[in-house]
Amino acid sequence: MATGILVLVLPSRGALSPASYELLGAGKILADALKQPLMAAVVGGNAAALAGDIASRGVAKVFTVEHAGLSNFTEEAYAKAAAAAAEKSGAARVILPSTIAGRALAARLAVHLKAGLATDVTEILSDGRVRRGYYGGNLIAEVEFKSSIAVLTVAPMTFPRAEAAGAVAPVEAVSFDAGAPKSEFVSFQGETSREIDLGAAEKVVAGGFGLGSAEGFKPLYDLAHALGAAVGASRRAVDSGWIAYKNQVGLTGRTVRPKLYVAVGISGQIQHLAGMAASGTIVAINTDKDCPLMQMASIAVQGEYAELLPLITNEIKSRKGQAVAA
Amino acid sequence: MALNIVVCVKSTPSTVNVGVDADGKPKIAGVPTALNPFDEFAVEAAVRLKESVPGSTATALTVGPDAAAEVLREAIARGVDGGALVTGPEFEGGDSYATSLALSAALKKMHAEKPVSVVLFGKNTSDAGAGVVGTQTAAWLDWASVSAIKKIEAIDEKSVTVLRNMEDGVDTVKLTLPACVSTIKEINEPRLPSLKGKMASKKAVFPKWTAADLGLQAGQVGAAGAGSVVVKAALPPARPAGLKVEGATAAEKAAKLVDILVERKLI
Repeated sequence: MATGILVLVLPSRGALSPASYELLGAGKILADALKQPLMAAVVGGNAAALAGDIASRGVAKVFTVEHAGLSNFTEEAYAKAAAAAAEKSGAARVILPSTIAGRALAARLAVHLKAGLATDVTEILSDGRVRRGYYGGNLIAEVEFKSSIAVLTVAPMTFPRAEAAGAVAPVEAVSFDAGAPKSEFVSFQGETSREIDLGAAEKVVAGGFGLGSAEGFKPLYDLAHALGAAVGASRRAVDSGWIAYKNQVGLTGRTVRPKLYVAVGISGQIQHLAGMAASGTIVAINTDKDCPLMQMASIAVQGEYAELLPLITNEIKSRKGQAVAA
Repeated sequence: MALNIVVCVKSTPSTVNVGVDADGKPKIAGVPTALNPFDEFAVEAAVRLKESVPGSTATALTVGPDAAAEVLREAIARGVDGGALVTGPEFEGGDSYATSLALSAALKKMHAEKPVSVVLFGKNTSDAGAGVVGTQTAAWLDWASVSAIKKIEAIDEKSVTVLRNMEDGVDTVKLTLPACVSTIKEINEPRLPSLKGKMASKKAVFPKWTAADLGLQAGQVGAAGAGSVVVKAALPPARPAGLKVEGATAAEKAAKLVDILVERKLI
């Protein structure tokens, strides 16, 4: 009988992200709900070096799977490594991040472990059921697992981050057979800009068709920098070629859940709302006070973006003591 | 070298703006169905791949009721050569686990008749939206897989090289064929169905495969084979009423907005 909750920590380019601690936070909630122990597994090219950090954050045990073939993410090699850790742990629930790698790995693991799968989980209920958005976020599904083992990926920016707790859990290395890999990692081209990643951002400033041009995004970037926010965009702005697809928020782009979402010149089509409606505080800045986003916003400011954005940016800078001479 | 390309598609409600019925299920009765919008990119990728390698064929594959044949016709109108329909009451109520098993069994059958080179998928479906079926299908078949593909760089008889959009940049990954490749919107701009394609789609006849035809037990697929079940659908919690920032000048509005954000500890 499978028992225990296993959090799979996937370092990105060899480093832990704060999102790893959110997985442990989600794991703790599930462990408390099911009254089962919380464990973690670190899978990667340098897993052992990262295990100590995870071992101090309220887990009973940490497994590591370290192998040169795991330095970069490929689906089959990671799945074999993760399956080895999951089998060693005997866990009934495996938790992964809702990232490109996490989702793919969860898909493979579910088949390997004969497990039900729920992705983008936003809530864990006391009976072990989970909630997730579907129909583009228009509906919330309550999901029950029928299999004895289940795999879930949890939405970013949703669960509390586990703190270092003092006690350090034992660490056990798990070996696995990499076999002859069917996928080969060739190279990585990192983002050249120092932009904050949308999916993990606490604050997002997004622009829409109302900005009128690529040039119109400049004051938006300035505001994002002043706030320390990631930059997002509506589909129409992306399709107009004013900003890259990776910045797109919505049904066909990224789903975000920041504490603060500032939507500038975005009318709020269903397609866009699907990607951001679960944000904490939503600020809408628009000339049209009746558009859907202005109607659903926590804070609505009617006005011309070209006039308002520099004023808001300057106001923030001056509060932070970085006023620029007008 | 000629490629045998398969593209997996799904018939989904034509809008995601649906409510909840009295039984706590999505209110989709009477909502027209259409090709899952994300699959348009996968279909276009299949057609472009076919066009780039002379002699290649592209086939659309779906699991669904008889009416799901319409999305196979749509794929043909958009340029693929043919389709296959996995259908039967036993497939109803399947989750990604059960549906990917059905797809993998159909691909195994196709592969045995004529080796499959590459299987394309959309990013996710517009209804369930998990974005895992491509990878799960590959897992059942023990084939290579990759997700979030924005470009197919190169393909030959043995391998495909793709660009994968990660959160922090772009990976180049080379996969041994056959492989399952899940696309994203950035991969192409889908063309509209052509007149010639529409004519061909009307005349197309599809093989229909039941679980038994694919060597599967009824209990392995559909609701019986699912690892998870949606027990209840609900509307998202309503957001509290919003605040309107008023002011005589833009500067006054800007200052008030920043005041509120500071007060709420968002700055």
